[in-house]
Amino acid sequence: MKSLIFKTASAYLLPLLLLFSIFILLRGHYLPGGGFVGGLMASIAFLVHSFAFGLKETQNIIKINPGFLMPIGLVLAVGAAIAPFFVDAPILTGLWFEGPFRFIGMVGSALFFDIGVYLVVIGATLTIMFSITDTV
Amino acid sequence: MLIAVILGFIFALCVPFFTRFFKKTIPFLYSLLPLSLFIYFFQFLGKIKNQGHVLFKYEWVPSIGIDLSFRLDGLSLLFAFMITGIGALVFIYTIYYLKGHEYLDRFYGYLSMFMASMLGVVLSDNLMTMFIFWELTSISSYFLIGFNNEDPASRKSALTALSITGLGGLVMLSGIILLQAVGGSYSFTELLNSSEAIKDSSAYGWIISLLFVGAFTKSAQFPFHFWLPGAMKAPTPVSTYLHSATMVKAGIYLLARFTPLLGDTFWWNGTLVTVGSVTMVYAAIHSVLRVDLKSILAYSTISALGILVFLIGIGTEKALLAAGIFILAHALYKAALFLITGIIDHETGSRDVTKLAGLQRVMMPVAIAGFLAALSSAGVPFLLGFISKEVMYEATLQFGDWAIILTALAVSTKILLLVAGFWAGIRPFTGNLPSEFEKAKLPSPLLWVPPLLLGILSLGFGAFPSLIGQSLIQPVFSSMSGTDTVVQLKLWHGFNLVLLLSIFTLVTGGVLFWFLKPSAELFQKTLRFELISPQNIIEGGSKMFGSFAGTWTRFFQNGYLRNYVITILAFLTLLMAYRLFWGVNIYIDWNQISPVSHYEIIVVALMIISILFAISTNSRTISIVALGVIGFANCLFFLFYSAPDLAMTQFSIDSLTVLLFMLVLVKLPKNKSFSSNIMKFRDAMLSLLFGTLIAILTLVVFEEPSTKEVSKYFAENAYVLAKGRNVVNVILVDYRGFDTMVEIVVLVIAAVGVYSLMKLDLNPSKKEL
Repeated sequence: MKSLIFKTASAYLLPLLLLFSIFILLRGHYLPGGGFVGGLMASIAFLVHSFAFGLKETQNIIKINPGFLMPIGLVLAVGAAIAPFFVDAPILTGLWFEGPFRFIGMVGSALFFDIGVYLVVIGATLTIMFSITDTV
Repeated sequence: MLIAVILGFIFALCVPFFTRFFKKTIPFLYSLLPLSLFIYFFQFLGKIKNQGHVLFKYEWVPSIGIDLSFRLDGLSLLFAFMITGIGALVFIYTIYYLKGHEYLDRFYGYLSMFMASMLGVVLSDNLMTMFIFWELTSISSYFLIGFNNEDPASRKSALTALSITGLGGLVMLSGIILLQAVGGSYSFTELLNSSEAIKDSSAYGWIISLLFVGAFTKSAQFPFHFWLPGAMKAPTPVSTYLHSATMVKAGIYLLARFTPLLGDTFWWNGTLVTVGSVTMVYAAIHSVLRVDLKSILAYSTISALGILVFLIGIGTEKALLAAGIFILAHALYKAALFLITGIIDHETGSRDVTKLAGLQRVMMPVAIAGFLAALSSAGVPFLLGFISKEVMYEATLQFGDWAIILTALAVSTKILLLVAGFWAGIRPFTGNLPSEFEKAKLPSPLLWVPPLLLGILSLGFGAFPSLIGQSLIQPVFSSMSGTDTVVQLKLWHGFNLVLLLSIFTLVTGGVLFWFLKPSAELFQKTLRFELISPQNIIEGGSKMFGSFAGTWTRFFQNGYLRNYVITILAFLTLLMAYRLFWGVNIYIDWNQISPVSHYEIIVVALMIISILFAISTNSRTISIVALGVIGFANCLFFLFYSAPDLAMTQFSIDSLTVLLFMLVLVKLPKNKSFSSNIMKFRDAMLSLLFGTLIAILTLVVFEEPSTKEVSKYFAENAYVLAKGRNVVNVILVDYRGFDTMVEIVVLVIAAVGVYSLMKLDLNPSKKEL
């Protein structure tokens, strides 16, 4: 893509979209949103960037191989799921901290679970997209 | 008892460890195994004679009625003696026969495994356990037939044997399951009590047909007999042990075992007599047409198995007695003949009966063994074969209206078998020694003692039948017939019709042996009929099945995505149309449907225009963008009907899809129109039909009364129980958290799959060009 407007716009869009995706992720428990949609949005952000600047540039920005996000996310989600086991509750029971945190709101095992989903979705989508882009 | 059965498996498992440390001693060490087991079983002889049978029970899977229970009675004891006794001789014989062979250790492992499985078959009281051991014998036989694994013919024979006997075993399994369903137990001893109920049930015909297939495949009955001559590719000890003395008799064992339970009905007796007589005559004729010693013996074995099936089919007390004696007599003389053939092959390098002669000059003990075995197979007085033949003729003569035909069949089979037996046991040891075999010499006693011992046993048991009469044959007979009749084995039956028939058999056979010379030309002539032989037909059938499967698969799985889509949609359309047309009362209440607003009309118009664009344009980019518009318009509908979460997700997915398409499609060459007008019409009709049906389906579904309880429960409890106000998300991360967890795992698997497929380079050399 050689369009200057697109390039300039996507350079600004990337951080904005990423922030927005985190916002969507965090509000998910109370308002429309959640880990899955958030993850998809973040992937779109990176994908648009790679459209404008090429795959190499985007990979340089991400620094790590997006594939690594998948196991990290899985560990987080599974950890959140079995955490109640250690306080003698059935697994997947929701555990919550007392009182809300600033900006974030209530924090509980469900949030970590959702963050896990978010990371897995980013990892899986980007792995698929990047390997297709790389090969074609 | 359990240890006695599984000891062979333990020995087989130990082979790799033993090989490393004391490879040389393996043959001697392993020969002790059947020998000690033989002694172990020998001590049960008196107990069985007095008690009838002994049961041993070990629990295995009690929840589904499978346990390791073993039943030792006359029949299983006879088989156990043959398995361990002939086993011991074969193990010893192999020490010298395969001396210096690279894989000798492995061979003993297979043999031990086979011996243990065979013991399991004949001792198991639980039919499910018996089936498992039954299949294990097929598997170990596969290894043994294919022992010369560098020879393609050997591998092919092994595979044929495995597929025929294995498939038969599976058929038998369904028979066993059916038997359990009717009789209520897998235990043979328990089933014996409900014998009458099983015979009267409607499933009886199925049960016996399924069991027959298992028995006939294993015991090489016509038309499944052809795997046995093929199996002669195995080393001679294997042919002796598996393919004449023990494994092929497993089918006979099965029939004999089930005679008191299922026997004595018209279908049981009729089928067995028919199949048995066809097999025995057919194979006896074949046996005198062959020139290869092992082929002759293979066909005469098939014929002998036919005789056994025939006798069990006649089913009278005399016939069962004859079968019991013949099992033993045949095992003794046929094993001896096979071992002798092995010696001849080992020393002269030839098995051609037209060339072999005069070997008595160099190997007298072998010749004596051969004479004894051949005479026993012919049924000459003072040998065990004579007694079995006498009782057999008595049985056929007592068979009412069919007595004459059955006796004639039996006599002619016996005459032909006599010739075959003489060819194998006597002919190589008469006349002058041809110059090409002058280097032949008497081998180590390890080779010639086993057949000689078997020959002497034939003579001993034949001359003094009281040796085995009460102690062994009586329990065998009792367990086969289920009665208490006392049997008497005598050499002299008086001067009667049976004796006349015996003399007639011997004289005619002797004359035939004198005049009929084995000839290779005759054998060549029979090859003309190969086209209609069962082997050809069954192999051709399996090839046709293979090519049919290929055609079928290529038709549906042709690799074109468009054809897959058409197949799936057409099938769904047909299925739904059929169901909607005949099964559902289509009624749509138009009043219930909410009024259409003006912005909905605009969105629908937008969608229709994009669809038209997508299908009419020649540019890929335009059609992708048009599809994207349709997706976004869909999102708008989700928003109208208050599903913001769904709309958001759909929106992201659609963006991703369009991006992905763009990524791939811009790299493709310019679009061309490949579809003819007829194809376009077909696709259009299919899509219209499918769309209409889905629309009708949706409307019909709305008419179904639905309960809102579930959604109400979630809405009310989402905040109370999970501290969340967004019900959709609470369901995802909390109520159905486990689902989500598995879903993300699936997502990871998909990503890894795509990644590896994309990076997979099946043709690395291409890259360099």
